[in-house]
Amino acid sequence: MVLSKTSSESDVSVHSTFASRYVRASLPRFRMPENSIPKEAASQIINDELMLDGNPRLNLASFVTTWMEPECDKLIMASINKNYVDMDEYPVTTELQASLKYCRRKNRCVNMIAHLFNAPLGDSETAVGVGTVGSSEAIMLAGLAFKRKWQNKRRAEGKPCDKPNIVTGANVQVCWEKFARYFEVELKEVKLRDGYYVMDPKKAVEMVDENTICVAAILGSTLNGEFEDVKLLNDLLVEKNKATGGGFIAPFIYPELEWDFRLPLVKSINVSGHKYGLVYAGIGWVIWRNKEDLPEELIFHINYLGADQPTFTLNFSKGSSQVIAQYYQLIRLGYEGYRNIMENCRDNMLVLKQGLEKTGKFNIVSKDNGVPLVAFSLKDNSCHNEFEVSDMLRRFGWIVPAYTMPPDAQHVTVLRVVIREDFSRTLAERLVIDIDKVLHELETLPSRISARIVLANEEKLDAVAEKVKKDQNEIKEIITAWKKFVMEKKKMNGVC
Amino acid sequence: MALSKTALDTDVSVHSTFASRYVRASLPRFRMPENSIPKEAAYQIINDELMLDGNPRLNLASFVTTWMEPECDKLIMASVNKNYVDMDEYPNRCVNMIAHLFNAPLGESETAVGVGTVGSSEAIMLAGLAFKRKWQNKRKAEGKPSDQPNIVTGANVQVCWEKFARYFEVELKEVKLREGYYVMDTEKAVEMVDENTICVAAILGSTLNGEFEDVKLLNDLLTEKNKETGWDTPIHVDAASGGFIAPFLYPDLEWDFRLPLVKSINVSGHKYGLVYAGIGWVIWRSKEDLPEELIFHINYLGADQPTFTLNFSKGSSQVIAQYYQLIRLGYEGYKNVMENCRDNMLVLREGLELTGRFDIISKDSGVPLVAFSLKNNSTHNEFEVSDMLRRFGWIVPAYTMPPDAQHITVLRVVIREDFSRTLAERLVNDIQKVMHELENLPCKVCARIWISGDGDKEQHGAVVVKKTALETQREITTIWRKFVMEKKKMNGVC
Repeated sequence: MVLSKTSSESDVSVHSTFASRYVRASLPRFRMPENSIPKEAASQIINDELMLDGNPRLNLASFVTTWMEPECDKLIMASINKNYVDMDEYPVTTELQASLKYCRRKNRCVNMIAHLFNAPLGDSETAVGVGTVGSSEAIMLAGLAFKRKWQNKRRAEGKPCDKPNIVTGANVQVCWEKFARYFEVELKEVKLRDGYYVMDPKKAVEMVDENTICVAAILGSTLNGEFEDVKLLNDLLVEKNKATGGGFIAPFIYPELEWDFRLPLVKSINVSGHKYGLVYAGIGWVIWRNKEDLPEELIFHINYLGADQPTFTLNFSKGSSQVIAQYYQLIRLGYEGYRNIMENCRDNMLVLKQGLEKTGKFNIVSKDNGVPLVAFSLKDNSCHNEFEVSDMLRRFGWIVPAYTMPPDAQHVTVLRVVIREDFSRTLAERLVIDIDKVLHELETLPSRISARIVLANEEKLDAVAEKVKKDQNEIKEIITAWKKFVMEKKKMNGVC
Repeated sequence: MALSKTALDTDVSVHSTFASRYVRASLPRFRMPENSIPKEAAYQIINDELMLDGNPRLNLASFVTTWMEPECDKLIMASVNKNYVDMDEYPNRCVNMIAHLFNAPLGESETAVGVGTVGSSEAIMLAGLAFKRKWQNKRKAEGKPSDQPNIVTGANVQVCWEKFARYFEVELKEVKLREGYYVMDTEKAVEMVDENTICVAAILGSTLNGEFEDVKLLNDLLTEKNKETGWDTPIHVDAASGGFIAPFLYPDLEWDFRLPLVKSINVSGHKYGLVYAGIGWVIWRSKEDLPEELIFHINYLGADQPTFTLNFSKGSSQVIAQYYQLIRLGYEGYKNVMENCRDNMLVLREGLELTGRFDIISKDSGVPLVAFSLKNNSTHNEFEVSDMLRRFGWIVPAYTMPPDAQHITVLRVVIREDFSRTLAERLVNDIQKVMHELENLPCKVCARIWISGDGDKEQHGAVVVKKTALETQREITTIWRKFVMEKKKMNGVC
């Protein structure tokens, strides 16, 4: 006869989660556990771990949307079990997205965005474009279209087509390098230089040769938000435009800027719905000028659920919530709403910029026109550098990244704050105050320069290391300084 | 002085949505509207349109998960504003768990090699890319040409393999099917392997009829051939559906990394991984199977982050949901779910057999689904059955098999976690109703015979007999459409 039960034997549904044995066990990390656990325990445990992640809204490194209206959250949740690809099953959801011209249904988001970019469409003509998971996929699809078109042209001319290349600036986001490497296209990068952090259109055009499948320009460079001069490029020679950041900014606050399909050589544009399209992560768009720019052979006609369905994407099954959310934003906000938001972003960007300038310690690297962000570097980074500022800001909850520019401007390090929709003026003012605090703290800290001077003299390095082995404190100091030294020298691809 | 205000003038926030002007206007379809509208109106309008979409849970065509526990829904919502690229802990844990599930040969503290993807399409492209690059490197080292890579699969492969082949310029060598044998014939596959083959892809859970291909036999035959030729051709297993079924229902079936030639496996988290659409996994046997040069080291937020995916920014909810399922259910839970699916599949199958009108094409072991065709499809065919079932809310697809079995048409019902026995019995009832109705309808064949028999009249027709021209025209157009549709060449089935 059992006299008493231990907590592990009594009915588990009785215990509140924190009274149960589940919070005593270590979470499985390598192997699936043998047994099930109650859903409340699973939910609580994961929820608690996720608490330790930073607050996405304080992550000032990311362009990706971190807030949407509660009404839209409701719509997203209601459609979470819809598969984007089930066009026949969810005809309305499909119609919201769009497809290629072969689809009988009309396009909505694709058409709206195509018109936003001044695609040369007749009144009842449907736009050519697709929804993607993000700009990475969008860029791969656009690049694939260019590659195939170029190959077909070369074959028709009887010329070799085994060495395609693409010309971009060294400031491109890493997905271009991925595209180049995975799809076997050579990447010809126009190097940057101190003070000029976007692609030089003249140098770019010089690099174009018979194997160039397109030239990619960025509207909203990741590094400092600048818009590249697409018009100049077009006038010199342009074939493609990437608008990841700027596609949902330029039409609203710089409507006179000619960067889109108004320029005749622009054949495709990609934009992230999840950046200034104001939708959560997981949605991008690529629009082609017209159907001639998308080779038919890349489009698959699949027999899905017994009906013909044309598709040109890399991903197939995926959630449909973000498409619905994108449509919500387009009709909820309209031109007026997007313009108001972008103007607010720009104003708050100016508030932040002015606050930083007033401290007298920073150079502002970003321009006023472009993606609303502030990229800044220390006027004097000999005692303490931008990485330290970035580290210390984390204590206040802010994530502000520091990174070095790509070649040939690697000696320049910047901090970058992205102004998203949900970064209010209050937050901007708070950030300036916190940055001020960080700078004051750093001034009181001993600089690491003494150790660095020693290390800079590489011949003495070994001898120094020997001497120092005896003193524990000095070892630690040198290791830390060395790590920073190495990290600064370490070659990394791309910045995001 | 305004004496009265029209609805347009009063403060819009006063009006309930259905009293406002927003529900009188046509929804914008081509251009962004100039002005904003209240969020309640936007929500209501879109919500109402979406009502017209089918109910995902009655979509028996799809393998993709359509129900999760409310606790998990909460977690998903809480993380909807998190970017996957900002998480590395959870994907790593899931990869390790799944790698162990597939018996990857890992040491005690060795970490598995794999990534989370948006689905099996991306997973297959990454796996294929790894094979292609590895093969190219090997050929270059041998001083041989590497410009004609090919991949050997069955004609029953899902369309993403064809996408991979076309987008990444690899030739697809398909082993044709035949009536009664709807998976890849292993011996024929091995025959087709040549020096340019980057890998042979086997499917664990064919889309068409849920069958598991015999990976062990493939491994044995290919090992022998490799010994003779020295080509070292590897195997990839597309376990999109079967990867979360076989370990629980058929643990003794050797199909995974226990077979030495299997170098990578992909599985859909959003099928029997029991997560909503948008998550897949690909696992490599070891680091050697993933060429280092494909991995990007990016400077993200100032820290080095290695990445090998096609997508970058994407939602992180599904990864969290996958982790939730793995720890919430454990082996025990997944096994129970899969056993329930199999039992309900048997209930449905027996119900269909009892009607006496169907041939069951699917097997009992494999993915829990029932693929069936009409014993007699001369008067009415499977497409009509499928159409009529929609009236009851069910979506049951009908499709023709790929070459060389195109004359076979099947209906297919996928048994997901949330397809209870009650629903199975209801479905059988409704199918019986449909069959009775169809019997009473005149068959469309007579008209068809009539049209094709008249040699001296044009096919489109001014074939006017006793009906009005309009009726005849309609009839002909419908039949012509069906005629064209059946002949139309389509790729793949999903």
